[in-house]
Amino acid sequence: MADALLQTPLHAEHVRLGGRMVPFAGWEMPIQFGGGILAEARAVRSDAGLFDVSHMARLRVSGGDARALLDWTHTADIGEAMPVGRARYGLFCNERGGIIDDGIVYRLGEEEFLAVANAANAAKVRAWLERRRNERFPGVSVEDLTAQVAMIALQGPHAMEMLAAATGSAEPPRPFRVAEMRVGGAAAWVARTGYTGEDGVEIMPRAEDAAALWRSFAEAGAEACGLGARDVLRLEAGLLLHGSDMDESVNPVEAGLERFVNLGSDFCGAEVVRRAAEEGAERRLTGFKTRQRGAVPRPHSPLVAGGERVGEVTSGGYSPTLDTTIGLGYLPARFGAPGAPIQVDVRGKVIEAETVPLPFYTRSRSG
Amino acid sequence: MEAPDDRKYSKEHEWVVLHDDGTALVGISDFAQNQLGDVVFVELPKVGAALAQFDQMGEIESVKAVSDLYTPVGGEVVEVNADVVNKPETVNEDPYGKGWLIKVRMDNAAELDNLMDAAQYAALTA
Repeated sequence: MADALLQTPLHAEHVRLGGRMVPFAGWEMPIQFGGGILAEARAVRSDAGLFDVSHMARLRVSGGDARALLDWTHTADIGEAMPVGRARYGLFCNERGGIIDDGIVYRLGEEEFLAVANAANAAKVRAWLERRRNERFPGVSVEDLTAQVAMIALQGPHAMEMLAAATGSAEPPRPFRVAEMRVGGAAAWVARTGYTGEDGVEIMPRAEDAAALWRSFAEAGAEACGLGARDVLRLEAGLLLHGSDMDESVNPVEAGLERFVNLGSDFCGAEVVRRAAEEGAERRLTGFKTRQRGAVPRPHSPLVAGGERVGEVTSGGYSPTLDTTIGLGYLPARFGAPGAPIQVDVRGKVIEAETVPLPFYTRSRSG
Repeated sequence: MEAPDDRKYSKEHEWVVLHDDGTALVGISDFAQNQLGDVVFVELPKVGAALAQFDQMGEIESVKAVSDLYTPVGGEVVEVNADVVNKPETVNEDPYGKGWLIKVRMDNAAELDNLMDAAQYAALTA
């Protein structure tokens, strides 16, 4: 039974909607539904999409020193001044500044926080928090709510209208805020966060309320989306994927994430990260786009300049929004300026590309 | 999945239909395009290339994965479908029609006997 895949509370909904179920980080998740990955991605850019992200870990960190524990283990400013209802994105770093995981910390109450970690890193993040808790803050409770609380992302230009219809037009949280609301009659934490580059929310109802909530949004017209569309959308939005674009062998400066690091604070790994920020990194995660459509750069495709291998692709894919092929990879700092010509070697095919600023796609904020 | 009975099918999910002039049109099945998902890149052999039956003839890449293409019949490539190179999604939209891949002048029509008919192929992919 060690290999049995976990199922989210929405598993039956996915099967009912024709989801193509695949193993992902120990979970059985839909990679796509009937319309296909690109159609789902386009629906999120133009209308609204619905994602089951219940496989991500939800860890409740509570008790008197909960804030201090998170301020120490997470790079964002989880300081005294972080108000209840605020959400902050950042990184969990080891002592060498290597990135254990990335994730958002939500302040639910004075002494109650929620840390959301990637499914693949759930056990690692939990063990890390518990180890650090035992070292300095033994009174803090770290509780895994992943099984009890589901997580549904509703994303897209029409997401907030759909949310309003389900909440009796109660005031929604502003960006990077979280609030407890009634959604379709069920109590849930509603966070104005996401992983698509669109406006929207991540809704966390009790597991037993999740299926009815999912169905109500699907019936209201939100497109059910799988992990495939989620990956396309996050890459277009220049959002990194842990395990591909960053891991414990890189620090936040190399990953281009220093804006999510509170350099003035004494978080774990701070010395290394501060030094990297002062000295500059020798390699940086850099975006590129190909000059024409062609074979798709995949993780580990070599990046070449002047006949020399200068790096490799960490994420790559066809962007339906930009109708071109885009990717990320670590390159020497001299490629930092946009417009530097490079080549991608995709299975021996040489594809002309150039470095571009991130994100690849930014939504228009009019209206 | 749909499998028209005017053509033959390979285990690698390519189809071939023989025309009266001795040329054969080759493509991938509806089952194959559905398994692949959104096709974003197709690489085909050059016109004039000589292929033997079941030779690798190119690559087809979807959002998630890349697969090799194998020709179900041997012969000389007399035409490649530029439309699928420029608009790879044509393979998803019309795998048995506008999404054809190459046209081959067959060397040996008996090679068709090494392939499945529609009923056999439908059973394989059921």
